[in-house]
Amino acid sequence: MIPGTFEYHQPDTVQAALALLNELGDDARVLAGGHSLIPMMKLRLAMPEHLIDLRLINDLKFIRIESEMVHVGAMTTQHELIDHAELAQRVPIIRETSLQIGDPQIRYQGTIGGNVANGDPGNDMPGLMQCLDATFTLLGADGEREVPAREFYEAAYFTARDDMEILTSIRFPVSSGGYAYEKQKRKIGDYATAAAAVLLRKADDGSSCAFASIAMTNLADTPIYCEDASQLLQDQGVTDSSIEAAVDSCIASIEPVDDNRGPVEFKKHAAAQITRRAIKTAWSRT
Amino acid sequence: MSASAPTMKERQAALKGLGTSRKRVEDARFTQGKGNYVDDIKLPGMLYGDFVRSQHAHAYVKSIDTSAALALPGVIAVLTAKDLEPLNLHWMPTLAGDKQMVLADGKVLFQGQEVAFVVAESRYIAADAIDLVQVEYEELQVLVDPFKAELPGAPVLREDIADATEGAHGPRRHPNHIFTWEMGEKEATESILDSAPVVAEEMVYYHRTHPCPLETCGSVASMDKVNGKLTLYGTFQAPHVVRTVASLLSGIAEHNIRVVSPDIGGGFGNKVGVYPGYVCSIVASIVTGLPVKWVEDRMENLMSTAFARDYWMQGKIAATEDGKILGLWCHTTADHGAFDACADPTKFPAGFMNICTGSYDIGTAYLAVDGIYTNKAPGGVAYRCSFRVTEAAYFIERMIEVLAIKLNMDAAELRLKNFIRKEQFPYHSALGWEYDSGDYHTAWNKALEAVKYTELRAEQAEKVKAFKAGETRQLMGIGLCHFTEIVGAGPVKNCDILGMGMFDSCEIRIHPTGSAIARLGTISQGQGHATTFAQILASEIGIPADDITIEEGDTDTAPYGLGTYGSRSTPVAGAATAMAGRKIRAKAQMIAAYLLEVHDNDVEWEVDRFVVKGAPERFKTMQEIAYASYNQAIPGVEPGLEAVSYYDPPNMTYPFGAYICVMDIDVDTGTTSIRQFYALDDCGTRINPMIIEGQVHGGLTEALAIALGQEIAYDELGNVKTGTLMDFFIPTAWETPNYTTDYTETPSPHHPIGAKGVGESPNVGGVPCFSNAINDAFRPFGLTHTHMPHDHWRIWQTANKLGLHD
Repeated sequence: MIPGTFEYHQPDTVQAALALLNELGDDARVLAGGHSLIPMMKLRLAMPEHLIDLRLINDLKFIRIESEMVHVGAMTTQHELIDHAELAQRVPIIRETSLQIGDPQIRYQGTIGGNVANGDPGNDMPGLMQCLDATFTLLGADGEREVPAREFYEAAYFTARDDMEILTSIRFPVSSGGYAYEKQKRKIGDYATAAAAVLLRKADDGSSCAFASIAMTNLADTPIYCEDASQLLQDQGVTDSSIEAAVDSCIASIEPVDDNRGPVEFKKHAAAQITRRAIKTAWSRT
Repeated sequence: MSASAPTMKERQAALKGLGTSRKRVEDARFTQGKGNYVDDIKLPGMLYGDFVRSQHAHAYVKSIDTSAALALPGVIAVLTAKDLEPLNLHWMPTLAGDKQMVLADGKVLFQGQEVAFVVAESRYIAADAIDLVQVEYEELQVLVDPFKAELPGAPVLREDIADATEGAHGPRRHPNHIFTWEMGEKEATESILDSAPVVAEEMVYYHRTHPCPLETCGSVASMDKVNGKLTLYGTFQAPHVVRTVASLLSGIAEHNIRVVSPDIGGGFGNKVGVYPGYVCSIVASIVTGLPVKWVEDRMENLMSTAFARDYWMQGKIAATEDGKILGLWCHTTADHGAFDACADPTKFPAGFMNICTGSYDIGTAYLAVDGIYTNKAPGGVAYRCSFRVTEAAYFIERMIEVLAIKLNMDAAELRLKNFIRKEQFPYHSALGWEYDSGDYHTAWNKALEAVKYTELRAEQAEKVKAFKAGETRQLMGIGLCHFTEIVGAGPVKNCDILGMGMFDSCEIRIHPTGSAIARLGTISQGQGHATTFAQILASEIGIPADDITIEEGDTDTAPYGLGTYGSRSTPVAGAATAMAGRKIRAKAQMIAAYLLEVHDNDVEWEVDRFVVKGAPERFKTMQEIAYASYNQAIPGVEPGLEAVSYYDPPNMTYPFGAYICVMDIDVDTGTTSIRQFYALDDCGTRINPMIIEGQVHGGLTEALAIALGQEIAYDELGNVKTGTLMDFFIPTAWETPNYTTDYTETPSPHHPIGAKGVGESPNVGGVPCFSNAINDAFRPFGLTHTHMPHDHWRIWQTANKLGLHD
């Protein structure tokens, strides 16, 4: 549990961080909250020779809500997300999810950027970002580019981000309607055994479903955006039978693995129950 | 007398003696981060050690190349078994009469085993260097299932003793077999099983887990080559025994070894044994002449130091048709890992497993335990229990439930029918113990009434109906447990560790101004000894607890004792404290009588003073007596006021308790929610009710952890699957339910103040209570028994097998 030797850098601008990253190349890693990278380093599963800590870069810490779009700086902590009154009102699922990440100490340190950029299938924010149809901004030597969250994750710890890019900000639309983030875990601080993010909006007729979005966490080596299930609820409305059909569709799209949280059959069954609950809760909040 | 003179009641209260919820005096430093733990110790020139550990569970070590590590600047030495062999320290004796490799001697027998010890100028260099040590292994077939240990073709693990047909505990029938221990009457029990109207059978597995104290194990050894003295700081629950063992192993005279246990951040049995790290830090300090620190990290702690439990208990229980128990039979397969390093009194290779008749009057019983080697870490410590008492309590409390199912009887009623009755004490159990005291019916009825048991059962029946009607996916479980412990080891005539009788001790000095210091042979690891032992003394000698310093853990100053584990501190050292206090009081009586110019027998004790009989206005307080003992020449009395007592308990003590848990279970997710937990403890005389409550809360939370998910699991190749706190379950405040605590008070008849010990009761009683709640929830659907740990997926699997997801 003692990391190898590394140089520690603390740039105070994004440009300086990017310059360092490009100068140091593959030997460098960008450090946000450190909850994934530092344990990996202590286990010597990661042995970067240079750590570029982004914490002094104030430009990466912001929450702005402008013209129905939320912009969040990558170094915004989960605590800051929880604490932001307007965000809690305009996109309440952010607060509900953040409160289920780690524990208060972790949330003071953990950042949204680190959570989405690392590509750890256990992290909660990637699934949520897919549910919200968020867009990530990546800054590289050639300037900025944008990647939708739904296209960002390739495999566990593999993402569309190039090693020489820094994920600087995230944007997603405000969401009216019902929401739910349901997460089953073994204890506080644990990754999900199964988790589901659901957004639903009622149509003007007061009964049919105008909008649905479902994504799932830690049930495959990437987050799973359940496009078919979302479309199904939108087409058929939210009824007992459509919920079951949507849940079946979700479960068909996941690929959980057997681990200490349980065997595959259990995970599928629990995930179905979690998703069912999330849909019902979200619909009850519309 | 002035109007403001305190009343006797006020004087009593001022002492903060027995029965007072005195605040813990230790907490000021602990809550401010001012504790002094082993890892806080920094000595000039200190070096740091780290282990190269085996990634294989079973392999020959073909070669070890240390050259690259030694070439790293800052590396001072790399020790291997070859370096320890000339000192005869490459192996060391275990507490259980076996021996254990200090560093891999030709082969490794479990994942995480110590292979080489790197000593470097900094902790970081040591960590870098272990990666540079090249070890060549030849992998061998791995044995993880104790039931396959004696099958043809099973690999022989302990080649060093493969041909030994006799072990420390009698004959061995196979190279992977350690011992067979038998108690009770085999034939008589089996004949009852053959003829009894009802016999219930079950295999009850108490899985492998780990005490996992917050502070891991560690030591700092400092060999002073000038004066030949070795000082050893370490996480030791038994510092005096460590000194003796260190002397015997190293050849350094015992007076030249000083062992210090500083503050210890939890022990729970993990810090009773002797670990290779301690030995290596000593050798490294002797070799280098500099202090050497070794502190393991969390993963090393979970992987290599002292697991607990891992007992497969095959049980048979016989009864009449109306539920009178006739006999109990148990065969245990004990998975001991690679070395038998169990921490038990020498004559008890399976600890006090023979308390497994529990709280019940069972006339005939038989117990056999087979110890087996596997490719797992050694240990078998008493994790917050008195030497396998937890396994015994879990076994009998599960068997009672299994029998209740067979009889189609309420399990609470079955217990009432079979409890040892109050008038039967002292009670001689079929497996050889003399229970000192108890009143089980009173405790049990109080518990049933407190939770409104009848109403709970009615509610549960409604819930089952609703479940079957498809109205809910939740089940309700009612967990019952009535446990009897055996603690306070123990009488020297049958209890020893490495030949040292399990007495304990207290030495008291009263200062001239009437304050005092007392030193004991035990060592607190969070139990609050500095608080409670002062309270015992306050009541015995009339000096306020606030004026009494308690010291433990430094073998240069404290009297010899066997340490703190197995709930033995209060029953043994607490008794020594009271007895030493009584010696002080006896001398004080002579001094008081002299000062008051009356005969010794003409004064009597009153709270904090001696009073002339019939003349209450004539008295001498302990403060006055203490001062006189130092400044007056009293004929026939030595100056000073000191006493020492070494206490050899005449018997164990037998705390008991009645626990009830109400739990809701979601059959689809396997999640549980504890609605209510009621814990009634009878620990005899209660010294500090607040500390008792804290002990019960802590122990129940550990029990919750064990029952609901905490385990050390291995895959079929012997890889540890639960090596970090991500997977090894430690509950936080969030997972911890509210507990309702209650008590009855049945003093121990043989203990000077009637106290029995309480630290371990909640773990011993809590585990079966939580587990019984899970099992009980599924009883209406045909379940007889399901193994712990009851984590989400296993509960789900139980529901699944019962068809509850169809």
